[in-house]
Amino acid sequence: MRTDGTVLSIEGLKVSLPHREGTIHAVRDVSFDIGRGETVCVVGESGCGKSMTAMAVLNLLPRGARREARGLHWRDEDILKAGERRMRDLRGDRIGMIFQEPLTALNPSLPIGEQLMEVYRRHRPRQKREARARAIDMLGQVGIPNPEERLSQFPYQLSGGLRQRVVIAMALMCEPELIIADEPTTALDVTIQAQILRLLIDLKDRFGLALMLITHDLAVASRVADRIVVMYAGEVVEEAATAEFFARPLHPYARGLLGCLPSAHAGQRDAPLQVIPGTVPSLIGELTGCAFRDRCALAEPACRARIPLTDLGGHKVRCIRADAEEGAS
Amino acid sequence: MERYAVRQFLLSAAVLVVVSVVGFVLLRASGDLAQRIAGSEALAADVEKVRIAYGLDRPLPIQYLDWALNALRGDLGRSLFFPEDVSTLIARRLPITLGLAALGLGTAIIFGILLGTISALKPNGLFDRLALGGAVLGQAMPPFWLGLLFIIFFGLHLGWLPVSGSETWRHFVLPTAVLAIATMPTIMRLTRSGMIDALRADYVRTARAKGLFPFTIVFKHALRNALIPVVAIAAVQLGALMGGSVVLETVFGVQGLGYLAWESINRADYPVVQAIVLVLGGIYCILTFISDLLHAALDPRMRAQ
Repeated sequence: MRTDGTVLSIEGLKVSLPHREGTIHAVRDVSFDIGRGETVCVVGESGCGKSMTAMAVLNLLPRGARREARGLHWRDEDILKAGERRMRDLRGDRIGMIFQEPLTALNPSLPIGEQLMEVYRRHRPRQKREARARAIDMLGQVGIPNPEERLSQFPYQLSGGLRQRVVIAMALMCEPELIIADEPTTALDVTIQAQILRLLIDLKDRFGLALMLITHDLAVASRVADRIVVMYAGEVVEEAATAEFFARPLHPYARGLLGCLPSAHAGQRDAPLQVIPGTVPSLIGELTGCAFRDRCALAEPACRARIPLTDLGGHKVRCIRADAEEGAS
Repeated sequence: MERYAVRQFLLSAAVLVVVSVVGFVLLRASGDLAQRIAGSEALAADVEKVRIAYGLDRPLPIQYLDWALNALRGDLGRSLFFPEDVSTLIARRLPITLGLAALGLGTAIIFGILLGTISALKPNGLFDRLALGGAVLGQAMPPFWLGLLFIIFFGLHLGWLPVSGSETWRHFVLPTAVLAIATMPTIMRLTRSGMIDALRADYVRTARAKGLFPFTIVFKHALRNALIPVVAIAAVQLGALMGGSVVLETVFGVQGLGYLAWESINRADYPVVQAIVLVLGGIYCILTFISDLLHAALDPRMRAQ
């Protein structure tokens, strides 16, 4: 169906989880595409369904979770109906995954060399010797000195930054076309964060990777993204090319987020830190209408109705005032 | 690692000294040894002769030091009943007890880990509930009673296996089964809880994201971490099994160390009893020491310390 260079296409994704007090609708309506070699940043606060979206793509949701979608395509293959066997072949091979916590994402009882090589051996059987060479090569690519000696080391012998490099090397072992990185820099020191981010950008260009970067940090997104997808309470509320988004954010929530960046008030030393009043609505039970309306200064009765994601010439927004907003700016 | 090993070793040695002192004192506190050796009908003068002949008239600390120093040189004294050195006697009986304990533990480990792992794959599923129920039952039944049931059912009723003695391998089947049933529940539960934790861990999610097969994830990634506490417990349990051998060997008439201990207590053969307490205590200490080292070897983070 898709021949236009799209590697991943998500249409109307919904994920729900059983819970004591009812069903949690963690992902309520998510649609976006990722093109070949493109970097898409999925931005939103914790609990907005970013990680669930990623896990839903790989079909690695927790037990009991339900996944629905109008469409879910890997290139032109429908992976919504793909069996576990096919998904297993895609994971780690075509789609690499980088997790938030490098401390716990690696197995404490296995040498890192083994953890690197096993992905390769799993997806390229009968290539044991190549696996070792590839592991050394990848550790070098992610900037780890003396890669050969590192193979026999255990995760606890490496610093947090080095561990995250190992996790990245692991995701790259089979030359994937897409890397899904879930808050890859959040657990790291600020200086290490910058290094890892630079490494990701660099690797993406070197290997021609598509990157789905999940982050709550707009500053990170502004540096790496080609396109930005903003999520709120399980929905995509805005999607736009990076420059367009930062120049003209349309959704009140996105504007609020940008207003919260301390740099938005650069030069005003005594400017108070901006916050968005209120809290994210509960995701237990059905939620109709705009999820942001209780925190929105522009809310009106019409916001209670279901609001579709409207495409305004490539800039998509889920807000009834979208047209007006556009006109105003 | 070396420092850790040395420290654990010294600790084990200290425990062994305490065990030997307590064993020595308790034996003498249990009654007048000279009177028991001479017999309850013996004349007071004869009892005194026995007391002096065996050196039981000396102060307790002197008796202990005399015995302990000899024991350090490998001389555990002579049996009062058998015309042999205690050390020769023990050397002949120990392998039987060790073998039985190892067989029991080996069986328990294989089945305990297997059942624990399968249970953990679907916690609270049908298999898990059945296995847990069986574990409670196995733990609740005293081994000597289960042994008697086995003798009645498999030995007398079905006539499949011999009920008493230690001449052929068939004699070891029932005692091994009883030991395994008594030991398995602990191993199974530890494996189960360790596996449930491991399967929830981030590194298992990573392994799944790598497209690894479920078999690899369970047995290579999760089990390796889940087994760390199991190994530590297993070695200690072997020691407990050897201690429990006194009862079980008596029930099954297995001519091991436990049976010898029981016989020797009845015969007031105190050099043998003293030596067996020391040997069992020593084995327990060695096993605990090995368990600590194994624990360190399996957990790379401990190796660093």
